[in-house]
Amino acid sequence: MRNFLILLYRSFSNVVPLLTVMIVFQIFVIAEPFPNPARLATGFLLVIAGLFLFERGLDAGLFPLGESMAFGFAKKGNIWLLLLFAMAIGYTTTIAEPALIAIAERAEMITAGRITSMALRNAVALGVAGGIALGVVRIILGHPIHYYIIFGYVLVMAITTVAPKEIIGLAYDSGGVTTSTITVPLVTAIGVGLASTIGGRNPLSDGFGLIAFASLAPIITVMVYGLLAL
Amino acid sequence: MEFLRTVGGDFLLLMRDVGPIAAVVLFFQYAVLRKPLPNPKMIAIGFLAVVVGLYLFLLGLDMGVFPAGAEMAEKFSYPENRGWSLVFAFCIGYATTMAEPSLIAVALKAEEITAGGLPSFHLRNAVATGVAIGLTVGVYRILTGDPLWIYILGGYIATIALTWFAPKEIVPLAFDSGGVTTSTITVPLVTALGLGLASHIPGRSPLLDGFGLIAFASVFPIITVLGYSIIAKIRR
Repeated sequence: MRNFLILLYRSFSNVVPLLTVMIVFQIFVIAEPFPNPARLATGFLLVIAGLFLFERGLDAGLFPLGESMAFGFAKKGNIWLLLLFAMAIGYTTTIAEPALIAIAERAEMITAGRITSMALRNAVALGVAGGIALGVVRIILGHPIHYYIIFGYVLVMAITTVAPKEIIGLAYDSGGVTTSTITVPLVTAIGVGLASTIGGRNPLSDGFGLIAFASLAPIITVMVYGLLAL
Repeated sequence: MEFLRTVGGDFLLLMRDVGPIAAVVLFFQYAVLRKPLPNPKMIAIGFLAVVVGLYLFLLGLDMGVFPAGAEMAEKFSYPENRGWSLVFAFCIGYATTMAEPSLIAVALKAEEITAGGLPSFHLRNAVATGVAIGLTVGVYRILTGDPLWIYILGGYIATIALTWFAPKEIVPLAFDSGGVTTSTITVPLVTALGLGLASHIPGRSPLLDGFGLIAFASVFPIITVLGYSIIAKIRR
């Protein structure tokens, strides 16, 4: 019971800054009482309960699932199947990501259809799929991450100089919105699981980094799409 | 009844988002790896807890935070409120990132791997500070109308330079934290602020200037996490 209260308190402490900002801005800047304080309070209770369930579910379900799959693939020893899995996770979770759909639809509207929502979503999803697969290859080879990232940055800047201006903001943004809240824990657990299973790899310095690849690669694919479409 | 229908509809939408990942995982687990999961009941319950938890989280945000936040973003997106829009960007960046579920997941994993050497709160605090600074700079850029790529290039150069001095084992985590900052809460609020600013300031185009805030929120946390790790190393 004590344990339960501590965990509940931790979930609550996550939303304290948000609660503070909302209240302070409402009182001092908007300077009007909340239109519906009961509704806001209920909303915050739901947010806290949701975070609590989410954190418990990570420990019980998503982390063990990702680790056990990583062990399974490492044991099987077939790198192509592992890469196929990495790409499938990347593509399927991105193409349906609500934040991405929202941005893609807005982009289609603003460009009057010259950028289509579906093509943009595909460009991002292919980028994420390729990025995660490359990240898995890095874990297996045990390379330091910064060489890959620096190369990625150079590529981003090089393509920026030739890409159509309208696509650049969109492309840079699409790197940030790609990885959904269910994908992140699973992919993180898979990376850390792989790094702990493969001999000579360190879970901290080799296991993390998959999300970084998943965020960088779509910037490149979206700008390439822009070059082809605009 | 109306309430039940909305809740049911939202839940179906959420299942549509979760469906693909569940399908991929199940297919590879049972058709490719062909091994039963170690503790399938517990994992299924955990997966369900994650989905229901995220659903309640979003439902709660929709009831209070999103409407109020959107109203504030709208109010601060008029040019005469410039100063406030910078303050708002900073505060909302910090506050939403501290509650971001993806970041909580990565920070928990990092705390577990380092056996408590990197407390989850410290990592999240560093990332949230980075998002706050990033969004402030991003809003400043929209106000001035400077090209996005110059700022991003500056950010990239700073990350690469810091990578040089940071403890090597923290670098992948730092780059990961750039990708997890902006998913559930931050994107809707921040996109509203960016597009609002760009459409209210004469001479700005929503497409050229309105997008790009998320990019700031993804690059700056890398800088603050690397900076945090360098300071922690020096102190030790």
